[in-house]
Amino acid sequence: MAEVLVLAELNPAGGGVRKTTLEALTAARALGEPSAVVLGAPGTAAGVRDQLAEYGAATVYVAESADIDDYLVAPKAEVLAQLVGEKSPAAVVIPSSPEGKEIAARLAVKTGSGFLTDVTEIAADGTATQVAFAGQTIVHSKVTSGTPIFTLRGNSVTPEAAPAAGAEQSVSVSVSDAAKQVRVVERVVEQKSNRPELTEASIVVSGGRGVASAENFSIIEGLADSLGAAVGASRAAVDSGFYPHSFQVGQTGKTVSPQLYVAVGISGAIQHRAGMQTSKTIVAINKDPEAPIFELADFGVIGDLNTVVPAATEQINARK
Amino acid sequence: MIGADLVRVHAGARARTPDPIAEVGLAMNIVVLVKQVPDSGSERKLDPADNTVARASADNVINEMDEYAIEEALTIAEAQGGEVTVLTVGPDGATDAIRKALSMGAAKAVHVSDEAIHGSDASQISAVLAAALQQMEYDLIVCGAEATDSQMSVMPALLSERLGIPQLSGARKVTIEGGTAKVERQTDGGYWALEAPLPAIVSTWDTINEPRYPSFKGIMAAKKKPVETKSLADLGVDASAVGLANASTQVLDFAGRPPKGEGVKVTDEGDGAQKFVDFLASQKIV
Ligand SMILES: Cc1cc2nc3c(=O)[nH]c(=O)nc-3n(C[C@H](O)[C@H](O)[C@H](O)COP(=O)(O)OP(=O)(O)OC[C@H]3O[C@@H](n4cnc5c(N)ncnc54)[C@H](O)[C@@H]3O)c2cc1C
Ligand SMILES: Nc1ncnc2c1ncn2[C@@H]1O[C@H](COP(=O)(O)O)[C@@H](O)[C@H]1O
Repeated sequence: MAEVLVLAELNPAGGGVRKTTLEALTAARALGEPSAVVLGAPGTAAGVRDQLAEYGAATVYVAESADIDDYLVAPKAEVLAQLVGEKSPAAVVIPSSPEGKEIAARLAVKTGSGFLTDVTEIAADGTATQVAFAGQTIVHSKVTSGTPIFTLRGNSVTPEAAPAAGAEQSVSVSVSDAAKQVRVVERVVEQKSNRPELTEASIVVSGGRGVASAENFSIIEGLADSLGAAVGASRAAVDSGFYPHSFQVGQTGKTVSPQLYVAVGISGAIQHRAGMQTSKTIVAINKDPEAPIFELADFGVIGDLNTVVPAATEQINARK
Repeated sequence: MIGADLVRVHAGARARTPDPIAEVGLAMNIVVLVKQVPDSGSERKLDPADNTVARASADNVINEMDEYAIEEALTIAEAQGGEVTVLTVGPDGATDAIRKALSMGAAKAVHVSDEAIHGSDASQISAVLAAALQQMEYDLIVCGAEATDSQMSVMPALLSERLGIPQLSGARKVTIEGGTAKVERQTDGGYWALEAPLPAIVSTWDTINEPRYPSFKGIMAAKKKPVETKSLADLGVDASAVGLANASTQVLDFAGRPPKGEGVKVTDEGDGAQKFVDFLASQKIV
């Protein structure tokens, strides 16, 4: 069977692989037999091989070098291009993070291939599904030259285990000077959160301008925590200083596609919809019965978020 | 292209009271990449004739994210001395986006326009931009972190690869110090501090600054600023390298998203929370 290279995206230091990696391995199986590629500082692969094998990686290529970690994106694209040259895979599948898309772009230029970003589905014949224009248009597209490169949008595919050998094969790396131009001096974490990652979460609870203040966002956080959800915010809420920008959902923020999206005090402007329209189930809580968010909602409550949300949180917690 | 050494000399002189005459020749050349896109707030479509973005019928505007790139380029040029040049690849109507950038304060523009470019994918556009950039002088290229029509966020990576210059993408903060660019790359819950020698390409998010509004004077001045139009032939790019027929990706078909079935809507009469939780239970979420 044809080999498909899947670039593993890992959690920081010892945190295993990200869910997006398992999704990519699952999606890649439509095209052939997936091999995982682990790129990082020495010691990166230890502890992730088993997980990659469980989700279908026949081979786990491991390239470890401090250079991969110390410089932005370019070394990873270079090693991946080397592997594409050696293995002639049927395709390459990469999780659609900002870094993943940039690796895909560089790999495409290096290998003279076409690349498609943010795909939500890959068919056996290589046809990809993409969602365009704020989720309003569904597109089918294809790579027509070189080795097809896809970046897979998070939460589009349900990870399914399919145990395979996961034979580890180390890849020797010598990163060129050209790929060592942008030094990562420091990685700074400003907000530590015990909540799931916004783009990975299966439930997202977002607050908008209607939440009215930063303090009042505790109502949103309370509901999120009762559901084990991530917290999101509309741009109006972010611009008003209620919640940090990294939680913004929408066209200029994150695109999320959870099982459940709860929009609280959000009107549902097209730019907000752009980031959440493909959520499986949408619930809206808004005091304005005409708010456009209700057009999208599977379930809507017309009411004051200050009474509805705390009461719901209490009931959910009571059920546990 | 001004070499890194020269730039370092210039930056060392930064602390002096700017002397416009003495600065000539040492100033930073900054190119800002601007794209015209269909307004994200109005209905956007693909053209069923060839499955490309329907630009002619759209309500076209400057890509919002590029206004932040222009602002950042102008701020750097004002601090260091230098000039901002706008570069765009797009149909004739894209001059509107160029004028907007010029009215904000950019000095001049290069507009690459050629029928053969229609339907090109991101990779092909990057080849055209790279060819245009090779004919320009730059110490720094600034672009938006994302175009609202493609939402790909790949242009800095593509251009970095093609031009062999460093990519410092996704910036929420940019500092130029001597011949070095320092960037805070925005990440989930924090940032990465990046550093690279000039010339380099930087892309900016909307967290980086507040774009200025063009003044009346700026708008009037923009009308007289030079806009050089270039064809593929001017750039030495072969038409067979670009366009729909030669793209490395192809849109096969498209359809509107199927409308959602009518949802349930309840008015809270003291029981709204209960009904919400009942709904979650019916979906096996709680
Ligand atoms: C180029 C561009 C890009 C953009 N990108 C994004 C983006 O990425 N993400 C994004 O979100 N927006 C984005 N926007 C902004 C977008 O157009 C809207 O302005 C924004 O989404 C509105 O946020 P909101 O719904 O919180 O605020 P509003 O539109 O003010 O809505 C607040 C809602 O809260 C309700 N409400 C108020 N009080 C209560 C209460 N006590 N109980 C219940 N309900 C209440 C109101 O009825 C109203 O419906 C962008 C805009 C542009 C032009
Ligand atoms: N045709 C174009 N002409 C000029 N700049 C462009 C063009 N396409 C993309 N860009 C720049 O690249 C950025 C990122 O675009 P993208 O990678 O398509 O999301 C945009 O914000 C622009 O600054």
